[in-house]
Amino acid sequence: MPVNGPTIDAEGLRKRYGDMRALDGLDLTVPAGGVCGLLGPNGAGKTTAVRVLTTLLRPDAGRATVAGADVLRHPDRVRARIGLVGQHAAVDEVLSGRQNLVLFARLHHLPVSRARARAADLLDRFDLVDAADRPVGTYSGGMRRRLDLAAGLILDPPVLVLDEPTTGLDPRARAQVWDAVRGLAAAGTTVLLTTQYLEEADQLADTLRVVDRGRVIAAGTPDQLKTALGGDRVDVVLSRPDDLDRAVRLVGVAVGAAPDVDPAALRLSVPVPQRVTALAAVLRALDDAGLAPADVAVRRPTLDEVYLRLTARDAPDTDRTVTA
Amino acid sequence: MTTLPARRLRFAVSDSLVLTGRALAHAVRQPVPVLVGLLFPVLLVLMFGYLFGGAMTVPGGGDYREFLLPGMFAMTVAFGIEATYTAVASDTARGVTDRFRTLPMAPSAVVTGRAAADLLHSAAGLAVMLACGLAVGWQWRAGPARALAAVGLLLLLRFALIWVGIHLALVLRRPESVVALQILVWPVGFTSNAFVAPETMPGWLAAVAEWNPLSATVAACRELFGNPGWGGDSFAAQHAVALAVVWPVLLIAVFLPLSVRRWRHLGR
Repeated sequence: MPVNGPTIDAEGLRKRYGDMRALDGLDLTVPAGGVCGLLGPNGAGKTTAVRVLTTLLRPDAGRATVAGADVLRHPDRVRARIGLVGQHAAVDEVLSGRQNLVLFARLHHLPVSRARARAADLLDRFDLVDAADRPVGTYSGGMRRRLDLAAGLILDPPVLVLDEPTTGLDPRARAQVWDAVRGLAAAGTTVLLTTQYLEEADQLADTLRVVDRGRVIAAGTPDQLKTALGGDRVDVVLSRPDDLDRAVRLVGVAVGAAPDVDPAALRLSVPVPQRVTALAAVLRALDDAGLAPADVAVRRPTLDEVYLRLTARDAPDTDRTVTA
Repeated sequence: MTTLPARRLRFAVSDSLVLTGRALAHAVRQPVPVLVGLLFPVLLVLMFGYLFGGAMTVPGGGDYREFLLPGMFAMTVAFGIEATYTAVASDTARGVTDRFRTLPMAPSAVVTGRAAADLLHSAAGLAVMLACGLAVGWQWRAGPARALAAVGLLLLLRFALIWVGIHLALVLRRPESVVALQILVWPVGFTSNAFVAPETMPGWLAAVAEWNPLSATVAACRELFGNPGWGGDSFAAQHAVALAVVWPVLLIAVFLPLSVRRWRHLGR
């Protein structure tokens, strides 16, 4: 199998549903190894992109190769080299976890004995041994997801595609899935992961692609994105609600930019070009006016802020309330 | 290494056997719905045969239960469409169908495996009904060869209904909608010759019942089993066996390509 060049390479993918452009010239290059996160709001085209890359959907235009095989010309080769974990736990609810894995292993054309051995391996690896012979219908959400992951890894595929793998999971189950994904990436699997949780992207992804309206609008590591967009911010938390309006005015004048306001938390947040100068100016302005803030801090923007800025539709910046 | 077409064929067969095995494993895991499905037609035989049977007349004379049983065989086969629908719609709604489509398996196996499992299921259902028939005094009276031909026609109808079921499931994609199918089976069954002879119905309804595809199979079974109530003046009644072949073949000719098209449409 050719391993030179990117593991996933898509160019100009287009897909229309009626008037809706689900993919509008999407380009995507994912190098081998590591976790690449596809981040974007609902309806941005993440799932459509995943369905094209996993041979489930034919694009109207464009081309894509996954693990060296063309998704349109050699879908069978792509299928032999990928694992997909979709949005729903796509497992048989009536059968046991073990029966599910043996079934999928048989459909990967493993002989019966090897299919059984592989199922046992995977059950062990995903901590499902105790529940192995119970019907999947009795599993918790987290167990189902882990089984689903295991079913995507029958042949240790070089590429694993995860479409919103932790949607609807409780925090504990989410952490378990994250651990599993980290382990796979560490072992050399290239993981493409879509998510709408910024925390998940920040925690798991080595590189990010922000998708909006069917195209990739930003790419880079989480740190690069944070640096490229917005730079540092000064946060001020007030102690009295009555001070809020004055503080917004004072801080705005001091740094020359309108702060974002979170009235419930009595917090202002403002992007600043020079962290030290700006911090001094803010403190001086508040002090001169006799306002005693509860907390003042300089920080990097969060991924949430970067993301909201990138995917902002028509709301002007100043109207947006940022909660960090 | 064997040649590519030979490998393909081998995988197509082995993959569909794996999926047939999956359906059988379902029956072992959840025996109660399977048993209910097998015994429900028996309940109908008892209800119609003994409860309503006294009020029924068979044109040309004859025992009502002898008349009823071939109708019940066909109804058993018709109920099978619900099993096909539920299985395909659940897999599609839950993403299992999509998982199959991302596996390096033979795509045709998804339907051939389903078809084999459904035919086995209906064969079991028919075996139960034949035993039930014998227990209530029904018999095949025209020899084993013709009896086997009748069973063959019943399974042919079942095979045709598999494609109707798959098509409906891929169009509707909601497992809950099987309720509509469970209800609709009844008017189709009642406007046929399965329970009541069309001669006793108003003229327009009798015409509908005569030409109902289910009626063709029922009339052919009565003829081949040598049970009362077959024959008559109409074209449909005179050519029951031929129609019991033509109707299912027609259904297959329409719904098999439609199902394949719908299957491909999942990728659009």
